[in-house]
Amino acid sequence: MSKFLPLWPDQASTSAGQVDALYIYLLLVAGVMTALIFFAVTVLAIKYRRVPGREAQQIEGSTILEIGWSIIPFFVMLTFFIWGAVIYFKERTPPADSTEIYVVAKQWMWKFEHMEGQREINELHVRTGQNIKLIMTSQDVIHSFFVPAFRLKQDVLPGRYTTLWFKATVPGHYHLFCAQYCGTMHSGMGGDIVVMTPQDYAQWIAGGTSPPLQETGKQLFSTLGCATCHRFDVQGRGPDLTGVYNKPVLLEDGRTVIADENYVRESILNPTAKIVNGFKPVMPTFQGLVSEEQLNALVAYVKSLAQPPPGTAGLQNQPAISPAQTQKMQVQ
Amino acid sequence: MEHAVHNPALLHHFADAQQQKDAASLGMWLFLVTEIMFFGGMFCAYLVYRLAHFNAFAAGSQQLSIALGATNTAVLIISSVTVVLAVKAAEAGRRKVLVGYLVVTVLLGMTFLAVKGFEYREKFEKHHIPGPTFKFTNTFDDNGKQIPVNPKEAELFFSLYFAMTGMHALHMIIGCGLFSVLAVLAWKGHYSPGYFTPIENAGLYWHLVDIIWIYLFPLLYLISRHS
Amino acid sequence: MASRVIPANQAPKLNYLNNGHSLRSWLLTTDHKRIAILYLISVTTFFFFGGFFAMLIRLELLTPQGDLMQADTYNKVFTMHGMIMVFFFLIPVVPAVLGNFLVPLMIGAKDLAFPRINLLSWYLYIIGGILMTHVMLSGGVDTGWTFYSPFSTEYTNTKIVEAGLAVFIAGFSSIFTGLNFIVTIHRMRAPGLTWSRLPLFVWANYATSLIMVLGTPVIAITIVLVAVERLFHLGIFDPRLGGDPLLFQHLFWFYSHPAVYIMILPSMGVISELIGCFSRKRIFGYKFVALSSIAIAVLGFLVWAHHMFVAGISLYAAMIFSFLTFFIGVPSAVKVFNWTATLYKGSITYATPMLYAFGFIGLFTIGGLTGLFLATLGIDVHVHDTYFVVAHFHYVMVGGVLMGYLGGMHFWWPKISGRMYPEGWAKLSALLIFAGFNLTFFPQFILGYVGMPRRYWQYPPEFQVLNVLSTAGASVLAVGYLLPMIYFLWSLRYGPIAEANPWHAAGLEWKTTSPPPTFNFDETPVVTWEAYNYDEIPDKELEAPVAR
Repeated sequence: MSKFLPLWPDQASTSAGQVDALYIYLLLVAGVMTALIFFAVTVLAIKYRRVPGREAQQIEGSTILEIGWSIIPFFVMLTFFIWGAVIYFKERTPPADSTEIYVVAKQWMWKFEHMEGQREINELHVRTGQNIKLIMTSQDVIHSFFVPAFRLKQDVLPGRYTTLWFKATVPGHYHLFCAQYCGTMHSGMGGDIVVMTPQDYAQWIAGGTSPPLQETGKQLFSTLGCATCHRFDVQGRGPDLTGVYNKPVLLEDGRTVIADENYVRESILNPTAKIVNGFKPVMPTFQGLVSEEQLNALVAYVKSLAQPPPGTAGLQNQPAISPAQTQKMQVQ
Repeated sequence: MEHAVHNPALLHHFADAQQQKDAASLGMWLFLVTEIMFFGGMFCAYLVYRLAHFNAFAAGSQQLSIALGATNTAVLIISSVTVVLAVKAAEAGRRKVLVGYLVVTVLLGMTFLAVKGFEYREKFEKHHIPGPTFKFTNTFDDNGKQIPVNPKEAELFFSLYFAMTGMHALHMIIGCGLFSVLAVLAWKGHYSPGYFTPIENAGLYWHLVDIIWIYLFPLLYLISRHS
Repeated sequence: MASRVIPANQAPKLNYLNNGHSLRSWLLTTDHKRIAILYLISVTTFFFFGGFFAMLIRLELLTPQGDLMQADTYNKVFTMHGMIMVFFFLIPVVPAVLGNFLVPLMIGAKDLAFPRINLLSWYLYIIGGILMTHVMLSGGVDTGWTFYSPFSTEYTNTKIVEAGLAVFIAGFSSIFTGLNFIVTIHRMRAPGLTWSRLPLFVWANYATSLIMVLGTPVIAITIVLVAVERLFHLGIFDPRLGGDPLLFQHLFWFYSHPAVYIMILPSMGVISELIGCFSRKRIFGYKFVALSSIAIAVLGFLVWAHHMFVAGISLYAAMIFSFLTFFIGVPSAVKVFNWTATLYKGSITYATPMLYAFGFIGLFTIGGLTGLFLATLGIDVHVHDTYFVVAHFHYVMVGGVLMGYLGGMHFWWPKISGRMYPEGWAKLSALLIFAGFNLTFFPQFILGYVGMPRRYWQYPPEFQVLNVLSTAGASVLAVGYLLPMIYFLWSLRYGPIAEANPWHAAGLEWKTTSPPPTFNFDETPVVTWEAYNYDEIPDKELEAPVAR
């Protein structure tokens, strides 16, 4: 496409082709519909222009026509809905094997943290052919992560994580825009998605100097005192976090929730919101004491605890039940 | 054009008195619907946050006085009775009785506001007014078990408490003003069995404000109360 | 139509315009027709404010860099453009100007049910308008017209509470107008005028009024909550304090989506009147067109979260709202098909109002179809918050609402003013507006799909050509809008005097003088005929008026 009169965005993700196909279908249907109306109005307006001596013929209507031109367009629209919903469902269901990258948006820049520890500002390096899941949050107001070449967009909210996944297909530099008005430099909050071949990417990622994200998280876990209560060797005042990520957790009030990223994040910032069954609500809140990046590192660390950390006996991957609870159950 | 004899209250763009009465009545009902939609937004916010932060909301609710809330509920229900009786008096042409009931309604309304003011003052003393002075260390008493709550969420409860009861109180003040004006006009003889539409329509307004309170009271005051 | 010049020896009849000349008789009037004129003047003033900001936007966007004004200023400019156009022009214009003037006339009544509340509505609009003007002159607000939290509640430094108060007050103007219309249409129809004999313009205003009454209070309370949060730092929408920014969006869009149907439905009512008259035919499928207005009003309340597909709502909620949104396409399409079918075997003339009606059909078709694009989830993810959306809503609001309004103004101008406008200039303006409009907004569909986000002060250089085309179109459009202002004013003094029914149109409003007397009819009509009884109305002398 012409560089100075772009009529179509580049296709650089697996979603792009699907979205474009649906768009072309809609353009065709809409085009035909518009042409039909334009044609009908023009022809009728000319053919039935006023001619002295010919009176207009009063026609009340036609129920058959009304039903027809209600039902047929409705079914055509249903095809739009179904196709669009299928694409949307796929776009909102990240594959299980996705590589994760944490994104923190703030007025007016994008901060990225790769699991390997690389940090980037306003530029995100990824490789082709890999499922990538962005775990995003905002430090301040609502922003939106938008890459036209991927045909993907997701609002980024303060106080929670939202996700967006993609698989890039064509190496190149693609615009990243903020698409939710966020203040003075909303239009300057742009960036570059740098898609590389696997070989180029491997070279790039190897050049990093920061520790992997979960290592940072592990250090924070220790320095912030989490390890005092959340122990892996014996039962502590807090639940054992081994293997807790993405598993169901039984709460004090009887509810069961899944320990996803938002749950882990909430547990750090607002511990009294959900108390695990059998534990006392003694965990202090860390709201205001940890930055978004530190939260991301802690979340990454908790997610990595599939196995108990080396050097601990481990509590054999039990669900979070306190010894008191176990005793009660045995007595009954 | 001849000017036929008619009730001076009949306005000239209406064909007859019945049309005017019907129009006024429909107009008031429509206005009440807008009030329901207006309060509805706050009820919606309350619903969402109560579901999300139940414990904190229960803890906040337990800090409200059931005795005062129940008293106010009774006061308002009685005032709705006096409104009905006022309408009946107007219909029967009993001017002094009408004025009496209107005045009693206003007094009951002011009683409600006085009790509310007392409650607000109590909230002020306990540092439960949202904002920089807010302090909340109470727990949610769940049948004897004390569950600590996030003070920020309790503050959200009180924000909604003040927003909802405050907006309601504003409507009560307007209602008291309205009924005071009507009492004066009634005393001067403006209403008769042939024309008492303003009394009826103001009555509808008062009943709606009463009904809104009847929803507010259990929602705000009665979360997780046990004997 | 031919107009007759009234001989000099006939004294002008007493009508609503010359029945009292003092300022007091205008500012304290309870005559719905005078109130309509008051609204006409104020709404047009705000249209110019909003248009001025639009001009600034298009000028800035001529170049990729932000070089005409600072970023903060630009953000205020597009916010004020949106707030003024939405709340002070599009929502009130057709109901408050044409609706106020015509609804009582069309149903054979002397006035609306509550004339004093009608005047109150205008004063509320003016007070809201003065507040908004003050906000404008003292720095403006910069949140976008949608004032999302937490930016609007915690981060912006501009006068949100004052702007919110302006909109709140103007909202009550809207509520009272709607309330007035509903009661009037229910209770004050002339004898014999059953619901099925009502003109479609009345049906349209009725449906609009339902939305005004049910929806506006919700934005009122949303504004109150935003103000309370901003003033007292409460945590209703702030996640750091336990609140939820998405709750704001739900409450906001619960009104603001039905609001767009407040804007379009009355204009659609105008189109029905125009097509009927200039085809000399009853609208094809009258019953279906009438009921489709009600259907749009009801369905309009069920689809608000289609503005939130990427906001963070659940996947399943998004699917439900997408599905429901497609339902609204049906009654809208039904109207377009019925209008087109009305042309069949009609006797069609091309006076200016009919040109606007043709323009409406074309532009609303495009605008409405692109709405379907946005309802389609997979597409919306890509084009949400881009210029595609901007193009869509300008097609329906400018290409739809404004074309309908201008068509109606031309059609009823002789009734309102007693004068004819110059037909040649009017046709030229209509064509300029149509051409200028398409040149302004069609490139924006392309801009949106290639990825230019909205509310952007600066943009990547490859988007410049499309932006320049758009700005060029806007300058043509501006001329197209200025011309009617000039010739309508000119016609008040120099336009040919109009007779009672210059278009030989059906409808009770044409059975009284142009302009009507203060109490509308010398005798209350008794209706024994169906609407659009064009077979009973002689249509000789139906040439387009000669410009003098």
